[in-house]
Amino acid sequence: MKKNWTRFLVVALSVMMVFAMTACGGGSGDSGSSEGGDNVLHLGGTGPLTGPAALYGTAVKNGAQLAVDEINAANPDGVQLVWDMQDDEHDAEKAVNAYNKLVDDGMQIMIGSVTTAPCTAVAAEANANRTFALTPSASGPAVTEGNDNVFQLCFSDPNQGIASAEYIKQNYADKTVGVIYNNADNYSSGIFDKFKSEYEAGGKQLAAVEAFADDANADFTAQLNSMKNAGVDLIFLPIYYTPASNIMTQANKMGYNPTYFGVDGMDGILDLEGFDTSLAEGVLLLTPFTPYSDDENVQKFVKAYEDAFGETPIQFAADAYDCVYAVYDAFAKTGLGTDAGMDEICEAMIGVFTSADFSASGLTAEKMQWNAEGEVDKTPKVCMIQDGKYVEQ
Amino acid sequence: MAEKRFKMNTKKLLKGAVKGSEYKKEALISYGILIIGYILLQLGAMAGMIGHNLQGQFVPICVYVSLAISLNLVVGISGELSLGHAGFMAVGAFTGILVARVLERSLSFTPLILIIAILAAAFMASIAGFIIGIPILGLRGDYLAIVTLAFGEIVRNIMNVIYFGFDSNGKLRFAFNHTIDGVANQDRIITGAIGATGVTKMASFTAAALLTAFTLFVVLNLKNSKQGRAIMSIRDNRIAGESIGLNVKKYKLMAFVVSAALAGMAGCMFGLNYSTLAPIKFNFNTSVLVLVFVVLGGIGNIWGGMIAAALLTVLPEALRQFADYRMLTYAIVLIVVMICTYNPTIKARVNMFMDRFKPKKKKAKTGKEAA
Amino acid sequence: MGLLNSLISGLSLGSVYAIIALGYTMVYGISKMLNFAHGDVIMVGGYVSFILTMYVGMNGWLALLVAMVACTLLGIIIERLAYRPLRGTGSLAVLITAIGVSYFLQNSALLIWGANPRVFTSLFDGMQTIHAAGGQLTITPESMFTIVANIVIMIALTLFVGKTKAGKAMRAVSEDNGAAQLMGINVNQSISLTFAIGSGLAAVAGVLMCSAYPVLMPTTGAMPGIKAFTAAVFGGIGSIPGAMIGGLLLGIIEIFSRAYISTELSDAIVFACLIIVLLVKPTGLLGKKINEKV
Repeated sequence: MKKNWTRFLVVALSVMMVFAMTACGGGSGDSGSSEGGDNVLHLGGTGPLTGPAALYGTAVKNGAQLAVDEINAANPDGVQLVWDMQDDEHDAEKAVNAYNKLVDDGMQIMIGSVTTAPCTAVAAEANANRTFALTPSASGPAVTEGNDNVFQLCFSDPNQGIASAEYIKQNYADKTVGVIYNNADNYSSGIFDKFKSEYEAGGKQLAAVEAFADDANADFTAQLNSMKNAGVDLIFLPIYYTPASNIMTQANKMGYNPTYFGVDGMDGILDLEGFDTSLAEGVLLLTPFTPYSDDENVQKFVKAYEDAFGETPIQFAADAYDCVYAVYDAFAKTGLGTDAGMDEICEAMIGVFTSADFSASGLTAEKMQWNAEGEVDKTPKVCMIQDGKYVEQ
Repeated sequence: MAEKRFKMNTKKLLKGAVKGSEYKKEALISYGILIIGYILLQLGAMAGMIGHNLQGQFVPICVYVSLAISLNLVVGISGELSLGHAGFMAVGAFTGILVARVLERSLSFTPLILIIAILAAAFMASIAGFIIGIPILGLRGDYLAIVTLAFGEIVRNIMNVIYFGFDSNGKLRFAFNHTIDGVANQDRIITGAIGATGVTKMASFTAAALLTAFTLFVVLNLKNSKQGRAIMSIRDNRIAGESIGLNVKKYKLMAFVVSAALAGMAGCMFGLNYSTLAPIKFNFNTSVLVLVFVVLGGIGNIWGGMIAAALLTVLPEALRQFADYRMLTYAIVLIVVMICTYNPTIKARVNMFMDRFKPKKKKAKTGKEAA
Repeated sequence: MGLLNSLISGLSLGSVYAIIALGYTMVYGISKMLNFAHGDVIMVGGYVSFILTMYVGMNGWLALLVAMVACTLLGIIIERLAYRPLRGTGSLAVLITAIGVSYFLQNSALLIWGANPRVFTSLFDGMQTIHAAGGQLTITPESMFTIVANIVIMIALTLFVGKTKAGKAMRAVSEDNGAAQLMGINVNQSISLTFAIGSGLAAVAGVLMCSAYPVLMPTTGAMPGIKAFTAAVFGGIGSIPGAMIGGLLLGIIEIFSRAYISTELSDAIVFACLIIVLLVKPTGLLGKKINEKV
């Protein structure tokens, strides 16, 4: 019996120590900035900052931070924004915990969550609590379903699937089409489902469909051989750029060079450190954002991002940047003060977002408008990678 | 080492069989922790002293505590290393969600739906436990561990290709491998890797605490029953157990299936606490997480596992102030705590330190027992 | 021809698993612990080699050597700090600590190298892929070298363990820790050596793996780690030839089930095969039968 007491003493003591440390750390670190001014609007968000999906969460965190800093610097006497991003490890349970923590810390408007499954879980809680949420990147339909308070800044998965299928049917009617998708991923399966039904609606058939389960670093030769044997010369890749780069490298080694068609998750492939970008030549992708655009605002953003974080921003960062501006503009339109409560702000923001005269412009689109279902009105652009740059088709 | 443990445990077992005093003490502490914990948290929540963050974790804490108790049945009491507990949790969770979604259409009394869903989850999980248990319980030690790991991964993999939904006539449709036609988005129940969406949140703190109490009741009673003592004697010496006519397979299977059923119930509660649930949740990491609770709490020590589960569930949240260093800190705390609680030298030092504050009557005895 | 192509991919993937599985199996043999942090040592090896070639401009082969040294040191340090204090306390306590070490390595990598994935430049960059049988059969230099490396490592290790003094000491310790100590063998040293060799091999496995499947992330080692662990058990944990056979079989089963059955269920098929093998041979293909005494 005694052995157990010892064990517990140690566990309890160490845990208590950690708690004490956190309490101290919290007191000295954050309180200054978050409770400094009177005219402060608290923005919160959750996203994966650790684990395999960490790059998306980090991009959102950084992108939003840039926008917040810009807004605060531009108008020091106006509404000051505070941005707090909590880690959800790309997990629904942790995301709800993170959301609750943000509520405890006085969040007034939410920007997030970053990924679909956590966002779906958070959306239900936010709906019950009345928190207004604008997600930069959670594109699954379940995020907005039945939640009048949740809005998406990215186009939804089904829309991407449909748009891709239509584009391929129109412009590549003579190609034999195959798909490799990630069947353990919400985003990928969501796009694939709609792509398949839309593509096969006109009587066409997908020549080969292969999947992989979440492991970005797997051996894809089996899938690629199946594509090759089916005579596929256009592979639709509704996946993120990390496994895509792996697929392209392996296909190239096999001497198999089909046309690739990606969706918005493909954005980022050109800036993948160590990736032979010549392999991505001729890749088609749907994207709302390109860091190579001549647009002045985009260039300013890319430069600021590179200066601050040492990386070229991916689409997630741009989406988050736009989210902050959209939320900031909409909040100004509500006419509420920063002392308003979360629920009061929520109702007012829903009103503004669904009103016909509100639109937001940013890096990813001009004049974005939202419907009552929370979906954004945005047309996906098809780009082709030529000479290491995106060229709009 | 093994011999020592056997001796000590036989002593305990005999004592337990004769007096049951150890059982009473263990039961008292375990139920005590649960009841006091429940009352404190409930009062704290009512008084507004507990924030959303902790309140939101009430149900998961209960679920993890239940899981720790049920895994202890296999790891601690039956003495088999299981790395696939999340698999049973997954079976229970998705069964529960499916049943709840179907019942929701005709029943409106939530507690009843919850109870039926949990029973269905227990049923399916115990079948899974039975199917996997029969062939593998002949395996020993780490080989059994790897098979349970394999089982957990297989369950998750299969979940990735299962589709359930209602069609426009309200009939339940099932498909394997691909989308089901004629099912609108909002009528999907389980969509492969996307998992379950549109789940009504039915779990509550009270329901979860009751489930924990039930789990505790089952495990403690089993532990103290004739069967429980048989299971423990097989753990301590399989051959000796066989020689006195114990049906080793039967008893091992019993522990395994009961544990699976309880894990399924906890999984169901977990699933009905969030609006969405993806199969990826039930990967190897979750199985390991529960195992960490059991080991940290002291293998076979029921209430130890309960406390470890509760503390370690809250810990990552408490570490949020560390921002980027959060999970690193968690890893370090885990390693340090493991070394501090299991390292013989440090343990002895702590013991010596503790003895200064304790009445001295037991000191001589422990010295002998350790030798 | 498709069959042969799949076989080559399978052998190549299996060789990676086999080299990783060696680390598992040797450590298990000598200290009876499941070192779940082993997969993450592979990731560290990959990163070290990547950083050296990309930023320092070092030759790939030289970088591999440095990575091996780094991982060897890492292995020794991990054993010394995290596992040795728990020696003799039962395998479960060390197992959990190993998982803690695994989290530690992953999250350290995340902090040091960031969340953005890197694409590893193949060690065999510039070498030509062999196309035979009219372009039907493709053999990449990566798969060829991986298979060769696997065979070389296996022979070297078998000789080392069988013939050298240090190898014999390792075997003695794994046979009976206490008796070995009484015979004057330095148990600590033997165990450290095992970790050193296992971790050094992990660096090799990391570089070979990332050459063939180039994505490098903090979590890169996790899944191969679990698969290699499976492979080690498949072949009979504790047995060096067992690790090789287990690894190769696992790789081949994985690739064949992807190619001919289902890409979605390939992992389920791999694990189902493992269960079936263990039902027929409860201690793996080449595992020793344990006789229990009363």
